[in-house]
Amino acid sequence: MSALFANVDWPGILQATFETLAMLAGSLVLTVALGLPLGVLLFLTGRGQMFARPWLNRLLSLVVNILRSVPFIILLILMIPMTLAMMGTSLGVRGAIPPLVVGAAPFFARLVETALREVDRGVIEAVQAMGAKPRQIILGALLPEALPGIVAGVTVTAIALVSYTAMAGVVGAGGLGDLAVRFGYQRFQTDVMVVTVVLLLILVQVLQTVGDRLVAHFSHR
Amino acid sequence: MTSGAAEPPRIELIDLAKTFTTETGEMAAVRGVSLRIAAGEVFGIIGESGAGKSTLVRLINLLERPSAGRVIVDGEDAVALSPEGLRGLRRRIGMIFQHFNLLSAKTVAQNVAFPLELEGRLAKPQIKARVAELLGRVGLADHAAQYPAQLSGGQKQRVGIARALACGPSVLLCDEATSALDPETTDQVLELLAELNRELGLTIVLITHEMDVVRQVCDRVAVLDRGVVVEQGEVVDVFLTAEHPVTRRLLREDAADAALPAPTPGVRTVRLTYRGEAAHAPFLSRIAQETGVDFSLHAGRVARIKGEPFGQLTLSLSGRNVGPALAAFEAAGVRVREVTR
Repeated sequence: MSALFANVDWPGILQATFETLAMLAGSLVLTVALGLPLGVLLFLTGRGQMFARPWLNRLLSLVVNILRSVPFIILLILMIPMTLAMMGTSLGVRGAIPPLVVGAAPFFARLVETALREVDRGVIEAVQAMGAKPRQIILGALLPEALPGIVAGVTVTAIALVSYTAMAGVVGAGGLGDLAVRFGYQRFQTDVMVVTVVLLLILVQVLQTVGDRLVAHFSHR
Repeated sequence: MTSGAAEPPRIELIDLAKTFTTETGEMAAVRGVSLRIAAGEVFGIIGESGAGKSTLVRLINLLERPSAGRVIVDGEDAVALSPEGLRGLRRRIGMIFQHFNLLSAKTVAQNVAFPLELEGRLAKPQIKARVAELLGRVGLADHAAQYPAQLSGGQKQRVGIARALACGPSVLLCDEATSALDPETTDQVLELLAELNRELGLTIVLITHEMDVVRQVCDRVAVLDRGVVVEQGEVVDVFLTAEHPVTRRLLREDAADAALPAPTPGVRTVRLTYRGEAAHAPFLSRIAQETGVDFSLHAGRVARIKGEPFGQLTLSLSGRNVGPALAAFEAAGVRVREVTR
């Protein structure tokens, strides 16, 4: 075992795993916090919806599309000045979170918008016919009905964030991706590469399984 | 119950119109509809698909805002209401739908409780008691903890009815409420609606494309064609004396007439319609004996519309005294209408 993984620094791996998990948790929470309202806004201002505002919708849509079309590795670099201003550093877990959120929130917002579009219009109409206020329609009917879809969106976003954290490693964020690049790739330590990839694979599997379970739990269709 | 002239109508639609603007241009779904619906009556609006029925019913609780005309509910001009006033109005108008439109994420009890929670008038224990009462009323007390997906279509519509009744409305709008149900379940749901009308004095406005639904529960009916009311009145009158092609199509009278024999000189084919007491009188054999006319029967039915017996016979008369026989039918209170293939 020790001969097989001669180059693997297990405490270092543990440290890197924690860094990846910290980046993932921090950026996922903020991504949902920003992306959920953005997705709801994208949906509600859309054509034929409760608060149809074609211009606002087009503007939001444009911003989302621009952010989504920037390759994440470029976004990481473009964001450095802003990250420095916000977090005081562009390195480590703290430095990774702003670009991760900016990269993932627009993506998640689109998934939320799609989930909301899947809600049966008739159901919303029925709630309107009951004399519900717009706030009651959104919080009491629209979001609960879309919850399985939104949870599935969180799962997809979390998995995307795992691969983003690996890329963030390249510009000094630390974590498993950083290990894989610095030791596995640049120093030809294949054993380190294998260990990091397996750990990332397990992480993705766990996220997907937990996500699927939650979707099943919330889905009563 | 009929709409007395002195009694103010529960719902009054005046020159109501709705035009949708689509990519291909303007589409007039409702074009100047005026109707008076009395408190406590079951009013049917029937038409073929695309006639504007669904739009018309949505104009009553302003799910669609009219392009022109007025909607008056209990003397109140609905179009002029503030958003808060409109929400209050909607709580007084329950609505059920073809596809039930229940919240899939909520249980049966939570679905029925939802309008009460939105209203915010009752405390939690009172809501619970009211939900139990409503579910008992629609016969679903045992299904409170289930989700809509676990229910049959008929059960889902019962939940929809319980939910629509939660805030104690005076009007219930039914948008093709039985069109997704099998005939037996349809009968049960219609029976429930009739019961609610009798016991709670609920005014029901019912949209459908099925004549049988109207026949079973409605007091009055309006026939809608391309956004216009082409015929309206007591169900028995409209059904038995259908004049407009759309009404006749909905009654499938034209299809029945197509099966009649080819016209022959000296033979007259007529449809005899009679109702009430006449339905039980042996007028046919009496007049045949008296006039010596010969008749052959093509089609006939004897049934009830909202409890009133009626009969309708299609027959060909031949012989010397066809004219006097027809006059005798009319003298006996039978409506005579010549039919051709």
